[in-house]
Amino acid sequence: MYLDHAATTPMLPEAARVLAEQLVRTGNPSSLHASGRAARRVVEEARERLAAALGARPSEVVWTSGGTEADNLAIKGMFWARRNEDKQRRRLLVSAVEHHAVLDPAFWMAEHAGAELVLLPVDGDGVVEVDALREELERSGDQVALLSVMWANNEVGTLQPLDDVVALARRYGVPVHADAVQAVGQVPVDFGASGLDAMTVSAHKVGGPGGAGALLARRGLDLTPVLHGGGQERGVRSGTLDAALLASFGLAVEESVGGREDFAVRVGALRDTLVTGVQDVVPDAVLRGPRDTSRRLPANAHFTFPGCEGDSLLYLLDSAGIEASTGSACQAGVPRPSHVLLAMGVDEVAARGALRFSLGHPSTAADVDALLAALPGVVDRARAAGLATVGTVR
Amino acid sequence: MRVLAALSGGVDSAVAAARAVDAGHDVVGVHMALSRTRDQFRTGSRGCCSIEDAGDARRAADVLGIPYYVWDLSERFEETVVADFVAEYEAGRTPNPCVRCNEHIKFATLLDKAVALGFDAVCTGHYARIETRPDGTRELHRARDLAKDQSYVLAVMGPERLARSMFPLGDVATKEETRAEAAARGLSVSAKPDSYDICFVADGDTQGFLRSRLGSQPGEIVDGSGVVLGQHDGAYAFTVGQRKGLSIGRPAADGKPRYVLSVEPVDNRVVVGSADELAVQAVQADRAVWFAEADGSFPCALQVRAHGDAVPAHATVQDGVVEIALDQAGALRGVAPGQSAVLYDGTRVLGQATVTAALRSSGATSGLVR
Repeated sequence: MYLDHAATTPMLPEAARVLAEQLVRTGNPSSLHASGRAARRVVEEARERLAAALGARPSEVVWTSGGTEADNLAIKGMFWARRNEDKQRRRLLVSAVEHHAVLDPAFWMAEHAGAELVLLPVDGDGVVEVDALREELERSGDQVALLSVMWANNEVGTLQPLDDVVALARRYGVPVHADAVQAVGQVPVDFGASGLDAMTVSAHKVGGPGGAGALLARRGLDLTPVLHGGGQERGVRSGTLDAALLASFGLAVEESVGGREDFAVRVGALRDTLVTGVQDVVPDAVLRGPRDTSRRLPANAHFTFPGCEGDSLLYLLDSAGIEASTGSACQAGVPRPSHVLLAMGVDEVAARGALRFSLGHPSTAADVDALLAALPGVVDRARAAGLATVGTVR
Repeated sequence: MRVLAALSGGVDSAVAAARAVDAGHDVVGVHMALSRTRDQFRTGSRGCCSIEDAGDARRAADVLGIPYYVWDLSERFEETVVADFVAEYEAGRTPNPCVRCNEHIKFATLLDKAVALGFDAVCTGHYARIETRPDGTRELHRARDLAKDQSYVLAVMGPERLARSMFPLGDVATKEETRAEAAARGLSVSAKPDSYDICFVADGDTQGFLRSRLGSQPGEIVDGSGVVLGQHDGAYAFTVGQRKGLSIGRPAADGKPRYVLSVEPVDNRVVVGSADELAVQAVQADRAVWFAEADGSFPCALQVRAHGDAVPAHATVQDGVVEIALDQAGALRGVAPGQSAVLYDGTRVLGQATVTAALRSSGATSGLVR
């Protein structure tokens, strides 16, 4: 039983078919001969598909190797471009609950590129404090190079108030990037209507292949390249384009966005059953993220289980055939107390008992039933194992 | 049985786990993460070695076809092993962190958690044998390969924990056999070098590590009669029997090298003398752990270092204190308080205790006499 679709989700059958079909193609999309032109046509059709599905223009799509590269390009490329244009813009504002693909480049820029990093606080549900952002911008808006706030959080599923964020930033001439990797295919995502300057999407989170992603960059947005080479993607992102991956990616985005409403209704109902069910069988489990399901991703449920360690829960569920996640980033596979939960004010001991259940297009009621059947025994046993590995000094 | 195999990322634990799988057990691999950078964000703070070890452990589990997890025991490790290591040196004693790790981490935190999660035993790549007597009780013995024998650092676990332990490498003839077996099994760690240093002192500079934790504490180096011979930067950095790093300007009257005889933390003094003065006649120890009933006086062999020889002795146990008189005075030299004293009967481990004092052949006592 696979309940970890937010980590990656199986490929959509049509996306897999297109990938296999295109993999045998000959031709570099940058070549000028017939094979090259044919490959280029595949890439450009994929670009049009993806752009159309996400409310962007085809020229706004910059292909990357995945979400992480797109986030790095946004943080570094936008910062450098904005700062070169106006030397006093050195501040880099990111929410405290960003994915490591945004946070780590932001920290890197602070360490190595003279950025002044400001982490924006969130409330107990993981929602960025718009008032804090307003104060920050009022204080030093003319020194801000870039603001990055994710569309939806990958751990607790919280949707961010991007409309407010974008409106505020615009007032101070601050470009805004959003990591929308988790949002596409689950909630309406329209790049053009959002007012964002840049937005990250990933293929494998929506039923496409691994190794493909894109940064949507508003026309006219100045981006300093991070990868240099053959000058592909308007010189912003060099590297030979992979027609097969991109064809499959474009199709997966089109399909998942096209099926989004049905997905949200069907999977959202399953998720609601899961949440109520977990609270029935483990009454002291604490739902993290917004209780109001309209303010979180339809496929996401996240709990902390008091007195348990996430890695015990993970092992016990895994041996019962149920695959979930602690939700937080791992270093060499070590579950760490999540920076997202800590930013939400959850204490470190409670944060260790975190589990994320994320549903996807193949999920059925049987998956949820299996989880609910196994969970009470698993939690009892994990509780007995307790917080054995936690230090005694707190 | 459901067996948790501790996978360090080295060759021994990988082959041990493989043998447990072959024996028909239901094996799950766990890599213990024993240190971590405190930085919440990872940029600029990656420790490649530990990540490499975790990766090697994962590959071994893949090859064996067993599940693999990483458990973060770093906080416990810091509290019980690293902090103890520093505190012991600060108190003028000589700790063995591998013994503490076996006592508090591998056969305590890890084993307890494993049992709570439904495992029957923990399997490690230690070189030691477990023999089961007809009545079902288990004995800890030296490994067949005496050069690799690790019974010394395991003796601290005691009988209850031994009952839940598994050392599949106890019968291996040589380490080369383990490597050959790893290669034959397709385990990529077969040629990985052995680890010798203290794992949390990555560069091998124990004195530097202690200095970073304890700071500079200048004091005097004196001879047995109290004459000041030199200065030191912290008595904690010295160990009984140590010769190097004394930086004494004046040569000894007899022209022979001088060794640390004792470390006196209260006065922050290091006492030095000749090699002859290190010779030990008897050892006193406490915090004893016995594998079998131990009372009164009995003959045994005493080992005080992981890679030292065991020497014939007679032990007397009274009120929790163990007095161990060497059959031949001077058979051991430079025994320091804090060291682990392990008593053997042939290959069998009788028990383990922590040295509190050593009685010198010269009549002096090193360490804190009770």
